[in-house]
Amino acid sequence: MPKIKLPTKSPHIDMTPMVDTFCVVLTFLMLTTTMRQPEPATVDTPYSISETPIPDFNSMTFLLSTDGKVFMNFDNGPDTLLKYRPKILTEMGKRYGIEFDERELREFEKYPSSIGVAMSDMKAFLDAKDASTRKEFQKGIPIDSADNQLAMWILYARQVNPNIQAVLKGDSKTGFETVEKVLDILQDKNVNRFSLITSLEAAKINLEEIQQ
Amino acid sequence: MAEVIVEEKGKGKRKAKKHPPRIDMTPMVDLMCLLITFFMLTTAFSKAKVMDIILPEKIKDPTKQEAPKIVASRTLNIILGPDNKIFTYPGAVKPEEFSANPPILPPLTETDFSAEGIRKLLLEKNKALFRKINEFNDQVLTGKLKISQDSAKSTISLIKKEDDTGPIVLIKAYKKANYGNFVDILDEMNICGVASYMFTKISWYEERMVEMATGMTPTATASSSN
Repeated sequence: MPKIKLPTKSPHIDMTPMVDTFCVVLTFLMLTTTMRQPEPATVDTPYSISETPIPDFNSMTFLLSTDGKVFMNFDNGPDTLLKYRPKILTEMGKRYGIEFDERELREFEKYPSSIGVAMSDMKAFLDAKDASTRKEFQKGIPIDSADNQLAMWILYARQVNPNIQAVLKGDSKTGFETVEKVLDILQDKNVNRFSLITSLEAAKINLEEIQQ
Repeated sequence: MAEVIVEEKGKGKRKAKKHPPRIDMTPMVDLMCLLITFFMLTTAFSKAKVMDIILPEKIKDPTKQEAPKIVASRTLNIILGPDNKIFTYPGAVKPEEFSANPPILPPLTETDFSAEGIRKLLLEKNKALFRKINEFNDQVLTGKLKISQDSAKSTISLIKKEDDTGPIVLIKAYKKANYGNFVDILDEMNICGVASYMFTKISWYEERMVEMATGMTPTATASSSN
């Protein structure tokens, strides 16, 4: 009886279905992705059981770093044509006697993360070419009573966008003095409703213990 | 894996291939793997969550400011202290008590953020309301009560509104507390279903009480207003 001849070639694996799946996953990820913005200060948000998601639009975010610096960010509104960001900067410029040209306003509009630049440095900050030079200017927004630029930012942000909501993002180790100061400034400007950014955590309650 | 057709240097005619040439997909798969990994790592999939808090309106005219009229027997003061400590005392300090010399101040009870600490205390005080909310939640979860999520939420807030047994919690923060403590205590209020809580400014005698309890030397502000 003749022997059955085994194929000498290694079997081929058809990769086409795998490529198809990968293509789908890749397309999905590319479309849904929102790039993680590098923040000027890294914060570790505290945990809570709250499940309300952060609003997409109409929010001004205050970033409170551990060393007591305050950064601020606001969105461009639900429609990019609204151009809230450059409008707020123009108003701020008027207040501090600085005029920003088209290019600087555009730079400000597309700057992705929070801003902690004093108004006196703003022009230099926007004209800076690379990210590392810009980072040097991120010293935090002045909040002393003598030069309270944060209050002005809040004022004009609310003037330009009346629906704006205050969102606080702080590190769990941020000292309460900074938080209190920011809350105080916000309350001075009649903002009494805040959202605090937290990470989700499940709470366990031992029910039997309470039922006793 | 790469398939290279090696031409045999033999004599005679090469046989014509019957199959169309295969395209090796391995590099493509490699590349896609890389891209997928990149996107997966950079994507912020889950959105951050927020916790809402409403602070009492600031009254700018000090003459119009009145002490809130609340029942002292139901009041629980929570002071966030340094080093993640919490101090509590019930009731209120009367003006003649803290302005006396030396001021008569109630003792503080120290506790912490663990489940055995502040949560137990709050649940103990908020037992009736918590049980009511819990029973309602159970009914919704087991399907006995068919109700949409929105109206379930509003029913809970109604239950909270009608409650008149739970504590009225006043939250205060000593200056050495941190933001994490602040969020934690508000979270604790939500967990325990406390109906009425408020965040207010700490008064000088409370600062002093904390300093006495922790054995710190009184700060300048506390002693000057004495």
